[in-house]
Amino acid sequence: MKKNDIPQDESNLKSVDFKELVYAVDDEGNYTTAKSSGWTPKTIALSNAIEDIEERIQKAKQRVQDGKTSPLEYYMELHKMDIGILASYLGMWQWRVKRHFKPSVFKSLKTKTLQKYAEVFEVSIAELQQIPND
Amino acid sequence: MQIDFTHHQSAHCENGVVSNLMKHNGFNVSEPMVFGIGSGLLFCYIPFLMVNHAPAITYRAMPGFIFKRFAKRVGISIKREKFKSPQKAKERLDANLKANNPVGLQVGVYNLSYFPDEYRFHFNAHNLVVYGKQDNTYLISDPVMEKVTTLTDKQLEKVRFAKGAFAPKGHIYYPTKLPKELELKSAIVKGIKHTCRDMLAPVPVVGVKGIKFIANKIRKWPKSVGIKKTNHYLGQIVRMQEEIGTGGGGFRYIFAAFLQEAAGVLENPKLKELSVEMTKIGDLWRDFAVDASRLYKNRSNKTDGYNDVADQLEHIANLEKQFFKTLKKAV
Repeated sequence: MKKNDIPQDESNLKSVDFKELVYAVDDEGNYTTAKSSGWTPKTIALSNAIEDIEERIQKAKQRVQDGKTSPLEYYMELHKMDIGILASYLGMWQWRVKRHFKPSVFKSLKTKTLQKYAEVFEVSIAELQQIPND
Repeated sequence: MQIDFTHHQSAHCENGVVSNLMKHNGFNVSEPMVFGIGSGLLFCYIPFLMVNHAPAITYRAMPGFIFKRFAKRVGISIKREKFKSPQKAKERLDANLKANNPVGLQVGVYNLSYFPDEYRFHFNAHNLVVYGKQDNTYLISDPVMEKVTTLTDKQLEKVRFAKGAFAPKGHIYYPTKLPKELELKSAIVKGIKHTCRDMLAPVPVVGVKGIKFIANKIRKWPKSVGIKKTNHYLGQIVRMQEEIGTGGGGFRYIFAAFLQEAAGVLENPKLKELSVEMTKIGDLWRDFAVDASRLYKNRSNKTDGYNDVADQLEHIANLEKQFFKTLKKAV
């Protein structure tokens, strides 16, 4: 990549007024560094990834409302986690976390277990039992 | 307390931390030099691991390896520690700062408050330097950021003890013994040889073979997982290749910059030619990203475009195979 060809597209970096460093060659063919405000191909990739997460959150919400899963799954998606990541934050086996997604099991969880989830998701136990309406 | 530490922005975090720590200790080592000597360049498809619900692909060596190899090859000793208890991790950090020693830390990105929200994923292989503490606030030099920043002790504890794949466990590292002069020449040769070995490895998911492996997967995905997931997977590949940290073209440009610098140190003009070659290959990676982004942007249901981008990757794989064979002979 030539230094003059470094893309200066608008990206998500704009919100924090930040530019990233990239490597490119100058007119004499020597490597140098320069700043870039962003590049559209990756901005699209990132916004697609964010949309994908949004969609997962909405789906989880629907499943909670339909009584098919517990609010824990909703909060997991909200925090961009999967079961593996959530289980390692809790220090529990994955199968246990999966089991807690069953509404019937979730209802009978001890306060101590709920507290663990509440700490990971940074919400109160009351919030944990209810998903926000919007 | 505040250590007199100069912040230099870099493309990639681990190289940047090492380069900045070396500069602090009086050795002017550039980011590409650290990357090349530490054999940072790699391509690997990690089977059975899903990241953000997509296959895991990496364009670089495992976290921590770059510094480890760099240190061994130039002849410095490093100390690295991991902790079970956040309290101990904090005490050790504070003791180092008191002793006027800036340290590198491995952290998770998800709770890194100064990152834009969109970039905060559960990615645990980020690196930064802590160079001081004022009351309960740590002074942070994050090499991918333009300027220095801060984190409170609570915030820092959270990112040091992030969980999930490659959990940092409070990982702290710094050079302990520094020689009078670095053994750059032999280190460069070792670094290059190692990278050639990795990229030409006879393993289906690693190096040049790994690139071909992914190309084949891209051909199959539209049928096996559907267009929607294929687009998500492609987007993930492009992000791994281009997101902050790679310096563009999946680290190919940083590697080319390294070859150019190495050509000067070793007085080997062949490496300069190869640097030009690598830049061209980097440009092809960028072209691949552009074409892949057209596919996942339009979200059309046509499947022929996927074969085109797979062809591009195959072409790159063939070029790199030739490239690393030539490079191996050049040093």
